[in-house]
Amino acid sequence: MSRIIAAGWGAVSPAGWTAADLVAALQAGEPLPVDESVRAGTTKTLRARKVPKPATRSAFITHPRFRRTSPVSQYAVSAALGALVEDRALVEQGTLRLGVVFCVMSGCVNYSRRFYDEVLRDPATASPLVFPETVFNAPASHLAALLGATGINYTLVGDPGMFLQGLAQGAQWIKRGQVDACLVVSAEEGEWMTVEASALFEPKMVVSEGAGAIYLKGATSGKVSLEGITDAYSFNDSNSKATAAAQMQMELMQAGAVDWLCDSLSGCVASDKAEAAAWASAIAPRWSAKKILGEAFAATSAWQCVLACERVASQAATSVNVSVVGCNQQAIGARWSKA
Amino acid sequence: MPRQRVVVTGVGMVTALGAGAEVNAMGFKEGQTSFTPVTFFDVSRQRVKTAAQAEIPLKSPSARLSSKQWRRMDRASRLLFMAAEEAWAQSGWNGGARLPIVLGTTSGGMNFGEAFYRQAIASPEKSFGQATRVVQYQAQRQVLDVAEALGFSGPVTLIANACASGGNAIGQAFEMIRYGEVERVLTGGYDGLCQLVFAGFDSLQALSTTTCRPFDAQRDGLALGEGAAVLSLESWESAQARGANILGEVVGYGAATDAHHLTQPHPLGDAALKSMNEATQVAGIAPEQVGYINAHGTGTPMNDVAEAHAISRWAGEQAAQMRVSSTKASIGHLLGAAGSVEAVICLQALAGQWLPPMRGTQTADAACQFQLMREPATASFEYALSNSFGFGGANATLIFRRWS
Repeated sequence: MSRIIAAGWGAVSPAGWTAADLVAALQAGEPLPVDESVRAGTTKTLRARKVPKPATRSAFITHPRFRRTSPVSQYAVSAALGALVEDRALVEQGTLRLGVVFCVMSGCVNYSRRFYDEVLRDPATASPLVFPETVFNAPASHLAALLGATGINYTLVGDPGMFLQGLAQGAQWIKRGQVDACLVVSAEEGEWMTVEASALFEPKMVVSEGAGAIYLKGATSGKVSLEGITDAYSFNDSNSKATAAAQMQMELMQAGAVDWLCDSLSGCVASDKAEAAAWASAIAPRWSAKKILGEAFAATSAWQCVLACERVASQAATSVNVSVVGCNQQAIGARWSKA
Repeated sequence: MPRQRVVVTGVGMVTALGAGAEVNAMGFKEGQTSFTPVTFFDVSRQRVKTAAQAEIPLKSPSARLSSKQWRRMDRASRLLFMAAEEAWAQSGWNGGARLPIVLGTTSGGMNFGEAFYRQAIASPEKSFGQATRVVQYQAQRQVLDVAEALGFSGPVTLIANACASGGNAIGQAFEMIRYGEVERVLTGGYDGLCQLVFAGFDSLQALSTTTCRPFDAQRDGLALGEGAAVLSLESWESAQARGANILGEVVGYGAATDAHHLTQPHPLGDAALKSMNEATQVAGIAPEQVGYINAHGTGTPMNDVAEAHAISRWAGEQAAQMRVSSTKASIGHLLGAAGSVEAVICLQALAGQWLPPMRGTQTADAACQFQLMREPATASFEYALSNSFGFGGANATLIFRRWS
């Protein structure tokens, strides 16, 4: 095995249930419509972008595990299956050792909110069916159950940069020979708590939802190669977000020039300041997924990588940098190239 | 790839038995228990009203954190800080380095998440304090704050594999060093008690209404606890070069996924068997060389019988020689901290050559084909194994070697 390749990718977003829908939204270049609603019992307006209902019901929904799942699991599995495509049969037959890395920031917030609400009303009647779905690794567990994947499976929690850490983790497992391939997935679901929490920090930010997945393999051939992931530059009081963003940008650029950039700019000046400064002199054309789709936390960085893979696979670019400056943890980048 | 030996040069622990690894070791050695009525959230409408609650100082216990900083920290953050500071001091590591941190948790700062929700419902137009709650709820901020207080920075990896999180975190740190990717990692797990999780396990009727008795034929459930354990892991070469005091060695790690059910293990413990087999293979040892097994042993009917089958299948003809106990009988189930606390217990048991008992267990379940440690005992042994299993089918096994 000479390199790590992206053998497939999938996405669920407010643009639709496929990676092609995601690309089409970015190519159109117009921010998607925003849903406005009022939280019941309050005067609070919630602005968000939601995943549309699927045109057809996904076949996996009939699996017993999906009887009670919330949207986050359904988005995650749909994106993962979109990435896995024909290798799904190999996993189900037990002839391919699949690792799974699921990355998340907000997590199973829908059922967590529902369950805790029941607890506050009367814990004696809180639903035992809902509680297990509140656990961070529930989506990863459902995916493993659907595929019959019994190998190593991590759920990583962190800010949006965690998806790139997940890619690095998957690549390491493959390089070490611990797995033959790895699905790296991120998903988030919309929920009024997330919208209100986000607004405390950036009132103009439009919260979004969805999932993205990249299927990594070790191979000698393929269309898209994962050239590298930078160090994860944490920020805190002694290492500012701006410094971390600059460190990440410098490490990415040391690997050479690229002809496309997929950044994590949102269009909100305060949130974008560090990353905008780091890439101020970049001349490559760029896609800013958040400006079109909104802030879907860990899912957004997965979308960025899916877009990078699409750019390379479609020969619109030979090398693409992905830049993620997360909201409260880390700056981290990835470089995808023609294999 | 070349393989590095991975040693432990610092440990820190906080549980309901007390703050500090030594205090805990004395408690585990004697099989003390630590369950008290839950006092910091309402349990009047719960089936079960006790848990193993840690004593957390009201004021900052360290010069590294001001009183204001301490007040802003969630219960889980405080537990993490106390364990991390102890491990940090014992290892003698210096601040400033880009040191990776790999930790496990299931709930992060859930108490703040709960408080956020309560205020959002009761006073939706008031946002006072909400931003702080959002920040402190998030596990990555809790960990970065602890790192900042200890004077170092580095990439933070948080594994949330339910109750296997702590075991997976140590396993991940072990692999990073073993494969030569880094020299040192601060690792472990933490979780504080919170109402949502307590009510969740109670709703599942997974909590014992009597006494947590792992592997007992009459067992009726688990008991919840809280705490943290942190380990300073480094390559043997690194520890040797700086003349560090080595506490033990991590020699094996296995991880597997049980696809049987979201909350129930495969009845014969297939995934547990797979993770135990993988760990012994990595360690390069045979089951009969393991002198003590710290079982996941929650005390629930389903977990214990599945784990008993897995241990018997793994040990084969040597099953009757295996010495097994679950320290959850002493401190309850610490969820994301369980695997890390139990890792430290294994290291302490190896160093002191003692076997932690579970005194509440009376009659062994018929599935137990091995020796259950019910009274304090000593033994001569070289390797200890720790199992951690979680919701979602997360299974992790770690193997430790005595350092002499």
